[in-house]
Amino acid sequence: MNLNLQSNDFEIFGLSPRFAVDRAALDARWKDLQREAHPDRFATADAQTQRQAMQWSVRINEAYQRLKDPLKRAAYLCELHGAPIQAENNTAMPTAFLMQQMQWREDLDEAEGLADLERMADDVAATRRTLLQELQTTADDSQDWPALANQVRALMFVERFASDVENRLDLLGQ
Amino acid sequence: MALLQISEPGQSLDPHQRRVAVGIDLGTTHSLVAAVRHGVSECLPAADGRVILPSVVRYLDPAQGGSGRQIGFDALAAQVQDPANTVSSVKRLMGRRRAQVADVDKLSYTVVDQDGMAVVETVAGHKTPMEVSAEILATLRFRAEDSFDDDLYGAVITVPAYFDDAQRQATKDAAQLAGINVLRLINEPTAAAIAYGLDNSSEGVYAIYDLGGGTFDISILRLTKGVFEVMATGGDSALGGDDYDQALAAWVLAQQGIGADLNASERAAMHAEARRVKEALSSAASETFCANVAGRAIEQAVTPGDFEACTAALTARTMTAVRKVLRDAGVTKDEVQGVVMVGGSTRMPVIRRTVGDFFGKEPLTNLNPDEVVALGAAIQANALAGNSRDGDLLLLDVIPLSLGIETMGGLVERIVPRNSAIPTALAQDFTTYQDGQTALALHVVQGERDLVADCRSLARFELRGIPPMVAGAARIRVTFTVDADGLLSVSAKEQGSGVEARVDVKPAYGLSDEQIAAMLQDSFATAQQDIQARALVEARVDADRMIAATRTALAADADLLQPAEREQIDALMAALATTAQGDDAKAIENATTELAKATEPFAALRMNRGIQQALSGKKLEEV
Repeated sequence: MNLNLQSNDFEIFGLSPRFAVDRAALDARWKDLQREAHPDRFATADAQTQRQAMQWSVRINEAYQRLKDPLKRAAYLCELHGAPIQAENNTAMPTAFLMQQMQWREDLDEAEGLADLERMADDVAATRRTLLQELQTTADDSQDWPALANQVRALMFVERFASDVENRLDLLGQ
Repeated sequence: MALLQISEPGQSLDPHQRRVAVGIDLGTTHSLVAAVRHGVSECLPAADGRVILPSVVRYLDPAQGGSGRQIGFDALAAQVQDPANTVSSVKRLMGRRRAQVADVDKLSYTVVDQDGMAVVETVAGHKTPMEVSAEILATLRFRAEDSFDDDLYGAVITVPAYFDDAQRQATKDAAQLAGINVLRLINEPTAAAIAYGLDNSSEGVYAIYDLGGGTFDISILRLTKGVFEVMATGGDSALGGDDYDQALAAWVLAQQGIGADLNASERAAMHAEARRVKEALSSAASETFCANVAGRAIEQAVTPGDFEACTAALTARTMTAVRKVLRDAGVTKDEVQGVVMVGGSTRMPVIRRTVGDFFGKEPLTNLNPDEVVALGAAIQANALAGNSRDGDLLLLDVIPLSLGIETMGGLVERIVPRNSAIPTALAQDFTTYQDGQTALALHVVQGERDLVADCRSLARFELRGIPPMVAGAARIRVTFTVDADGLLSVSAKEQGSGVEARVDVKPAYGLSDEQIAAMLQDSFATAQQDIQARALVEARVDADRMIAATRTALAADADLLQPAEREQIDALMAALATTAQGDDAKAIENATTELAKATEPFAALRMNRGIQQALSGKKLEEV
C-alpha cells in the first residue's frame, strides 16, 4: 500500500479499522509520525519540502484528533462504511432516551452548588462509559454500521450535556 | 531510528561551517540572547559582561543629533528623569489597541491609538511597539554577530504561550524590522521545559509556572523519548511582576495617606523603588521604602507579610489559572512530576511557597529563572539550523486560544478549539446568498466567549474571484491553517469550478507589508544597504540552494520519476545554473520558480515514501 495524503486515518496510523484502540500505542505512533513529518524537521530545506511537511503534519494531527476521541472514531468508522452520521438530518431518538435528556436538563437548571454539580458530572460520566462499551460491541463484534450511527448520535447528546455541566463547574471555580 | 534527513551537499558538521543560530527571550522587563557553543547552551554577554539587556528604549530629541536613542541599561538609568520618552515594558503594547492595554494610564509614557494600534508618543515622533521591540532585537542580534564574528542565520524568538495571533505577528514584524530571520516562534514555557528537559533528562508530565515582568503563563507538558507535547496552556497576558510592583506602590501611598495624583516622574520613581523593595524582601525580614513624592520625602517600613497581603489577589489569580489548565490537560496535580519556575518574579518567596504547597513538592529552580527561557530557545534554534544531529527535540505545541468566525447575530462559531495540536487546518464550506455574488467576507476572532464582541478580532478576510452563480450554488471551501508558529492563514477554493479565490487580509491590528517595507527603507536597522546588490546576492543564494536540494533529491529518489519528468528537471536545473551566473536577479528568480514548480510533484512523492519507509519497520499491532 502506498501511503499518501489521501490515505485514511487508520492507514496512516498503521491500524486496522476497528473501534477498540490501544491509546498508549496511538499516542506513541502520533509522535513517531510527527518526528518524520513535522515542519521543524525541515527548517533548512527548500520551500516545497517544507510545504509538503506542513501538509503531512496537519494531516497527521487531524487523524490523531479523530482516532483518539472515541466518539469521533466511531463516527469516522460509520463514514468509512457508508453510513455517515449526518446529525443535522437525523434527530429522531428513542423516547426513553429523550426523557432522560430532559430530566438531566431540569436537574442541571435546579442544581445549586458544587456537590450537586459533581454528582451530575459523575452520573453523566457513568452513562457515557456504558454507551461507549456498547459502541465497541456494535462496531467490532456486530459491525452493524447503521446501528452504530444511531448510537453515535445518542452519545453526541450525552457529550453535549457533559460539556454543559463542565462549564457550570468552571463558572463555580471562578 | 532513521530520521528523514534533508541536507545540502557541502553542509557538514564542521564547526567552522555551522550556522549561527540563537535563541532570544524578548521579555517585558529584560531580554537575553543565547546560543549553543561546544554543545552547551549559554547566554551571550555584552561588552561589559552583563547578559541581561533591560527591555527599555529611550528616544532622544532628533535636534540634538547623534544616534537618537539609548537602549538597555543606559535607557533604564534615564527613566526617572525622562519618563515620557523612556519606553519600558513595551511588550504589553504588542498587538494591542490602547483600550486593550491594562492600566495604560499608569504607564510613565503616553500611549495613543494610530491606525488601530497602540503607539508611543515620544520626542522623536510616534513609535510603534514593533519599532521599539526591534531596537532591542537588533541590539541582541549585533551582540550575537560580534560574539561569533559572523552573520546571524536565524533566531528562535519566544513569546508567552498565551499570546494571540496579533501579538505573535507583531513579534515577527519586529524581528523583520531588526533584520532577523525567525526560525520559529516558540512559547516561553516550552523553551524553559527544553532547558530543563535536557539538563535533567527526565520523562514525565511537567507544569511550567512562568511569572515574568508582564505576563503569566502556565503550561502542562509531557516529555517522552525526545518529544515535548504541550497538553494544555493558559495564563494571563496582563499579569506579571510589574503588577506586584504597582500593588506595593499603591499600598505605600495608602499607608502614607497620599491620595493625590503623581506626575510621571514620581510614578516612575515609585515603581523603581517598589521593585527594589520587592527584590530585597526576597531575603530580608523588613525593608524601608524611600521616595520623594507629593512634595515630601516618605519612608515606609515593609515586611514580607505586608507585601504578601497587598499582592494576595494577584497570586490567587495565578492559581486559578493553574487549576483551569490542569482541567484542560486532563491531569491532576498529583500526576505532575515536576514544576518548573520561570521568570525573575518566581524568586518571590510567596510564589515558591504557594506553588510548592499546591503541588505538594518543591518547585525546580536550579537553572537561573531569568536565563532559562533564552537557554531553551537557543537549544531549539541550534536544532532547527541543522547544527546538531542526534538527540534533537521535537516540539508538538498547541494553539492557546480558540479561533472562530462571526456568524448571524454576532455569535462566534468555533472552528479551531484551543489546545488543538499545531500545525492544524480546518475546512468549512460556505455559499453565496445573492445571484452572481463574486466575493465573500469572513471575520475571524480569537477567544473562548460566545459573542463576537467579547472576543479578540483578528482579521477580516475578503475572498474575491468566486465564479458568479445562482445564489446558494457555489460551494466555497475555506481552509483555516494555523502554522507551527501559531499564526493563521486562510485560503479558499470554489469546489465546483476549482477556482482559487483571492484572499485579501485586513488585519485588525498590525503593520501592512507596505508599512514594513517603508520602515526598512528608512535605514532602520539595516542601514546603508545597496538594495539592488542585495537582491542579486539573495537570488543567487536561493538558486544555489534550489539546485543543491534538487541534486540531493535525485540522488536519493530518482527512481520515483518517469524518464520524461527526469529530463525536464535536468533541463531546468541546467538553465538555472547558467542564468545564475548572470546579473539579472529577476531572471534568476523566475528560473528558480520554474524549477520549483517542476519538482513539486516529485517532492510530494518523496515525502510519502519517506514517511512510509521510516514507519514500515514499526508495526503498531500484530494482526
